Amino acid sequence: MSAEPTIFERSSPGRMGISWPQPDVPEHPPVEYLGQDNIRSELPLPELTEVDVIRHFTRLSAVNYGVDTGFYPLGSCTMKYSPKINEEIARFPGLSRLHPYQDERISQGILRLLHDMQVFLAEIGGMDAVTLQPAAGAQGEFTALMIFKRHHERVGEGHRRIVIVPDSSHGTNPATAARCGYEIRKAPSGPDGLVDISALAAELSRDVAAVMLTNPNTLGLFETRIVEIAQMVHDAGALLYCDGANMNAVLGIHRPGDAGFDAMHFNLHKTFSAPHGGGGPGSGPVAVKSFLEPYLPVPTVAFEGGRYFLNYNRPESIGRVHSFYGNISVIVKAYAYILNLGPEGLKSASENAILNANYLLKRIAAAYDVPYGERCMHEFVASATRQKAHGVKALDIAKRLMDYGFHPPTIYFPLIVPEALMIEPTETESAETLDAFADAMLAIAKEAQSDPEVVRSAPHVTPVSRLDEAAAARKLELRWDSTGD
Amino acid sequence: MQYIPNTDADRRRMLNSIGVGDVSELFEQVPQPLVLDRLLEVPGPLSEMELGQFMGDLSRQSADLGTYAGFLGAGIYDHYIPSTVHAILGRSEFYTSYTPYQPEISQGNLQAIFEFQTLVCQLTGMEVANASMYDGATALAEAALMASSITGRGEWVVSNCVHPAYRETMRTYAWASGNKLVDAGRSGIITNLAELCSHITGETACVAIQHPNFFGALESLREVEALAHKAGAIFIVCFDPISLGLLKPPGEFNADICVAEGQPLGIPTGFGGPLLGLFACKKRYVRQMPGRLVGATADSAGRRGYTLTLQTREQHIRRERATSNICTNEALNALAAAVYLCTLGKHGLRQVADSCLQKAHYAVKAVSDLPGYEFPFDVPFFKEFVVKSRTPVAELNERLLERKIVGGLDLGKFYSDLAGHMLLCVTERRTRAEIRALVEVLAE
Repeated sequence: MSAEPTIFERSSPGRMGISWPQPDVPEHPPVEYLGQDNIRSELPLPELTEVDVIRHFTRLSAVNYGVDTGFYPLGSCTMKYSPKINEEIARFPGLSRLHPYQDERISQGILRLLHDMQVFLAEIGGMDAVTLQPAAGAQGEFTALMIFKRHHERVGEGHRRIVIVPDSSHGTNPATAARCGYEIRKAPSGPDGLVDISALAAELSRDVAAVMLTNPNTLGLFETRIVEIAQMVHDAGALLYCDGANMNAVLGIHRPGDAGFDAMHFNLHKTFSAPHGGGGPGSGPVAVKSFLEPYLPVPTVAFEGGRYFLNYNRPESIGRVHSFYGNISVIVKAYAYILNLGPEGLKSASENAILNANYLLKRIAAAYDVPYGERCMHEFVASATRQKAHGVKALDIAKRLMDYGFHPPTIYFPLIVPEALMIEPTETESAETLDAFADAMLAIAKEAQSDPEVVRSAPHVTPVSRLDEAAAARKLELRWDSTGD
Repeated sequence: MQYIPNTDADRRRMLNSIGVGDVSELFEQVPQPLVLDRLLEVPGPLSEMELGQFMGDLSRQSADLGTYAGFLGAGIYDHYIPSTVHAILGRSEFYTSYTPYQPEISQGNLQAIFEFQTLVCQLTGMEVANASMYDGATALAEAALMASSITGRGEWVVSNCVHPAYRETMRTYAWASGNKLVDAGRSGIITNLAELCSHITGETACVAIQHPNFFGALESLREVEALAHKAGAIFIVCFDPISLGLLKPPGEFNADICVAEGQPLGIPTGFGGPLLGLFACKKRYVRQMPGRLVGATADSAGRRGYTLTLQTREQHIRRERATSNICTNEALNALAAAVYLCTLGKHGLRQVADSCLQKAHYAVKAVSDLPGYEFPFDVPFFKEFVVKSRTPVAELNERLLERKIVGGLDLGKFYSDLAGHMLLCVTERRTRAEIRALVEVLAE
């Protein structure tokens, strides 16, 4: 297919993609209502018919790869299949065509759903109370750190100004802590890929507000000494946060609250199958232990006297973090997913995610280094160090995988693994798919020796070949311009 | 199970290959006392058919805007969504993809966002727009944070006529980041410029105003711009994207940053989410901008293509020194807005804006002509307006509900001095007959 021009190049004066009803009220010139000063002189939007719009965006969709297209083993992102029934349900009018300020008496269905979801997530995380307001994982982290900050202020510990994150953490962890005004200290990982406990102990002090951990961590390893870590953190008067990005490893198997975490976020768009939408919307609910409950954002959804309502009467709350109550349709999809799977199904999802990851690890370890152990939870991190000796980097392998029909793994993350290839297969992939992917990885490893150039110059069969990202940043072109910029 | 392809035979083969006898051996890393020794207490499983029925019953326990006529706005608007939007958003090549970190197989998403950025610039008259923020409230809070990083100053001055939930969100973000929110300047339903001015100092990072404001009224942007820039502060405008079918855009008022709730652009009311934060600024501030940006470039054969760019601003590269912690945004809703704006285009957007304007003005006259009602603040407005009623607003809304009408917002809930005032919204979806029905009930 030839490259699709921009929609602006398809524009032609006089076209329109919609018809409106004839006016049914008396009309006056807008200037009478708004004043000449407030009226715009031109509106430079494109002019297209419905056919133009549909063709253009359909053609764009044809050069986009999604989970429905094929295997998407993007580590840390849990690209599992999104059930179609949940898409349909999320469009039910009584769940989607509601106004956030409409009377609670005519919103009981959706409020019940939200209240149930708070209860489900508390149970799944081993926590006591939940806010559904955060719109994404990073905002969940932000909300939780603000809850910590408010708690410390309330108990006379407002001087605590440091947040510790491991060197294997997601970038959002330090970025979020900085946003909350905290200084960031890094906790190194030990040779086993787990938190180096003595190094962590050395960083803990009366100035530390929180330690943020992902468990299982970004190497796909469970922090086996988590109870001890929680004890140390609490002994130092600090709080322990769980980045829930990797919850797909432990549904019904382990609950972060039981290990001593004080708060956590969920990524409903990862663990609970809501699709990622090309980068959002997501949903990042936060679950906390009861002593932090008073600080949750306003409003929460409450149930009393047989009716559900939005509870604004929360004087200790950190305030609001969203215009309304969160990303409701994403929550609806996650809710439907939980009901669909039930307790056994959720556990089975995690078990199969772990099985798939270990199977793939075993196969890929035949040609790639896997620096941290021969077992993993739901994901693992391989390294292209052997291939790099032939001049083939992780980036090249990622691009070459596209020629074999796969989405690449996450690369160059976590930062502690050189030439990292972070692979998360999820439970919704078959053994055949895993085998096909492993075969491709092994074939590429061979190519790296026999014909490194074919890997270095990949991809070869995609709509565009490797893009010059440096040039994009050097000569910024962030919008279409009729003059051709 | 429906979504887990591994059969028992597959599992046995895989376990053999790994060299373990049972799947539980694979998570032996989890210390035994931490392994949950019971099933989770959540309901289910429900088959697909049972799930559809259960959720259908739940859906029917709320009154939706398909069967009720809504005159409620206040930040979320019941605008018509053209069929093209759903048709494109339903394409799973888009909705089941991740953030386009691998551009060679994400050109569809990247080009669509590039076009979205362009459309937002065209709409607002700004130079640069990003790939979206979570919603209007957080877009505004992020704009204030950006203003602090540009100016090195810590006070955010915001008009009291900005949406209350946005100001609350700003207050939360200001407290967390060690900045100070100054929420001031309102006379009735319009910004009090003299009072606003008295709070603008050499410490002011930004002056933020909404236009049309929370009450639907038009503000004096030119005056506020002068006040902000005279003090060396960043001028932030929060706008309604539909209004820009008619209104002079923020760019022509020399806004430094402008933000909006993009929900009116083809996104369902959704009980208030997911939404779409629109965020645009002057090009000279692009490096302080939060969120993703898509740029045009060329591939190794010289063909045009698109990629994420200036990623060194972002958390996955810059970590604690990032301009924001945002990662996941509202990409699919940005796509919805792009399809919406392309479908309506130059003429369609003007027409929908004009239709809102005409119907709202028809309604205000009809309501304020009724005995017991008045239009107390005679200021220019777009699609929302404030009426004062002798009957308590809650009582009116109760009566309206019986006639399947969702009435206006009881302003007393947000502003104590505006008790007895109702904020009504009339979009192009409201017919003359529905407006007459509203008026009839109010007249009872």
